[in-house]
Amino acid sequence: MTDSLTESRQLLSGDDAVALAALHAGTTLGVGYPGTPSTEILETFDRLGGRAQWSPNEKTALEVGIGVAFAGARSLVTMKHVGLNVAADPLFTATYTDVDGGLVIVSADDPGMASSQNEQDNRRYARAAGIPMLEPVDSQQAYDFTWLGFELSERWKIPVMLRLTTRVCHSLTPVQPRAPISPKAVNFRRDVPARVMIPAFAKPAHHRLRTKLAEIAAWNEAEGPMETEMGSQALGIISTGISAMHAREAAPEASHFTFGLTYPLPIARIREFAQQFERVLVVEEGDPVLVEELRAAGIPVEGKTERFRFGELDVARVHRIVTGDDSEEPAQPKGKPPELCPGCSHRNVFHALRELDCIVAGDIGCYTLGVLPPFSAMDTCVCMGASITTGLGLRHALPQEQARRVVSVIGDSTFVHSGLTGLAEMAYNPPETGHLVMILDNETTAMTGQQEHPGTGRSLNHERADRMDFEAVGRALGITHVELIDESAKNVDLKACIADCLARNETALMIVRQPCVLAAPKIRLYEKAADQQCAAAPAS
Amino acid sequence: MHSTTNIVIAGLGGQGIITASDILAEAAFRAGFDVKKSELHGMSQRGGSVTSDVRFGERVLSPMVPTGQADVLLVLEPSQVEINRPLMRADGVLLTTDVIPPDALKNKKSLNVAMLGALSSVLEIAETHWLAAVHAHLAEKLHRLNDEAFAIGRRASASMPG
Repeated sequence: MTDSLTESRQLLSGDDAVALAALHAGTTLGVGYPGTPSTEILETFDRLGGRAQWSPNEKTALEVGIGVAFAGARSLVTMKHVGLNVAADPLFTATYTDVDGGLVIVSADDPGMASSQNEQDNRRYARAAGIPMLEPVDSQQAYDFTWLGFELSERWKIPVMLRLTTRVCHSLTPVQPRAPISPKAVNFRRDVPARVMIPAFAKPAHHRLRTKLAEIAAWNEAEGPMETEMGSQALGIISTGISAMHAREAAPEASHFTFGLTYPLPIARIREFAQQFERVLVVEEGDPVLVEELRAAGIPVEGKTERFRFGELDVARVHRIVTGDDSEEPAQPKGKPPELCPGCSHRNVFHALRELDCIVAGDIGCYTLGVLPPFSAMDTCVCMGASITTGLGLRHALPQEQARRVVSVIGDSTFVHSGLTGLAEMAYNPPETGHLVMILDNETTAMTGQQEHPGTGRSLNHERADRMDFEAVGRALGITHVELIDESAKNVDLKACIADCLARNETALMIVRQPCVLAAPKIRLYEKAADQQCAAAPAS
Repeated sequence: MHSTTNIVIAGLGGQGIITASDILAEAAFRAGFDVKKSELHGMSQRGGSVTSDVRFGERVLSPMVPTGQADVLLVLEPSQVEINRPLMRADGVLLTTDVIPPDALKNKKSLNVAMLGALSSVLEIAETHWLAAVHAHLAEKLHRLNDEAFAIGRRASASMPG
């Protein structure tokens, strides 16, 4: 892809289209945590000249975004679907507050789990948190809806969620941009009842939220983004997001209704469409969210059978839904599974853990591949940070000889994201046998494509930033034995070090450091550039 | 209204599958078609199977090539031929690296572009659009190398029997 993204009509991924729209719409700050398929949004935003930063995790990112919007500026907060769980705490209250600047939160869902630990359907979050949701069908709409999200957000002083899915994020489709605007000048406006959510202020704020949603629903009915394509009177199909594209291809003879603001629903418009057909079918990927809601509203619609709840939809599967074919589907061809790269330092760690017959509580990242042969050295993996705390739980409950074999393994970016509090828990409530946490520090967020984090000492654009010192953090949190192992020093007996930690009844943190083999050449370049910049900067 | 051309490019992580599909999509876009390109990132970056779909025509709907409808299946790694064969239509074209003469490429990394050269001789996209797309997606210092690789693939495929 070229860097001339601001030119006229061009071919863009959904992620890049969101980034371009954020730039054109005068976004003051883009903030998020890398997660497939959302990662490229902030990287592109930065490359185009926007101000972007990686946060330690999605909760902190959203809170920073809320602050930017409180200041009256536009902010874009990006994350993958499971990241929204981490950000759920601020999310549910952010909808109560009045944001002055536009706040658009991107949730990039991963139906089919191309690279995720679950396939949660974040349309549920829109309903649960009371946040308006926009769902684009392609990159053009990803661009247009980013603008629209800011406009709706500012008009009703409410955060807006842009829900993308893998096939929108990573598909290239043509985009025609519009004329850019500049960020607004901002000035702090005090508004305590709208921003301080103590019960006294939160109670009226909840009423305000429901009023806003009712107004937004009315706007959606009157002028929301929607498209009707009339065909046969026999079949009307209601669909949103990428499913709409599959549906139009799978059933070209049918009539189609697609709407972009998918919460709150344009119920009257849907009802009006549905009344015209003998058969009305809802085509939606993931959970039966829409079909349930329409039935609850008394609109008799047909949904898909349970088998289509799993995995992505495509034209063939939608064709089956349309024709009522619920027979067994052909098995997907099995490709070659991924593996730890040749030369990856994690390989030594998993060999050692395997040889010591450890019970390994694992985490989210490249090193999760330690679960596969030839290592087969991972026993649990739940969510970001769970390695440490799940490992502690195992230690608390298992008989001593087994408890002593439990090791928690976590990556550097994941440690910063959700490991810090786990380490505090370990120091505070240590199991009788103690515990061992290993940070596999490859000095990058390798899995999502080598992003920076607070432990790398460089910011999103790879310029110098303060670096979190994992050893000092371990000691400061009260871990009794802290050890940094440089894997490139060839004389390290990793197996002996692990065995030694397991033999003691104390809390131990081993940081095993060696740069990711894929990232190492780039890291050297970034470091060189950062040093030159420091040398060139005048002393302050 | 069946005017959509469907191409699937397959191989393993690190072979330049995504770049090749970006170039193809860009070439079709420059040729004035509606284009959609779909791919899966993530775990596949660790040496696993990668496929990317490119569809172009007057109007393209779904970004994914429906199973059994690929007009061309272009495969960069022999082990990936069989698992992707079901994606092809019965009369589809299978392009494998066998079309590139052994040792013809100065740099093996340009295999993906050479294969695009081979692909170019079976698609109705002008060569100027192809070369512009190659240049738009690869570093300037690699342009000559890739121009040569493209030409090698284009010649090889054009002289293929049948």
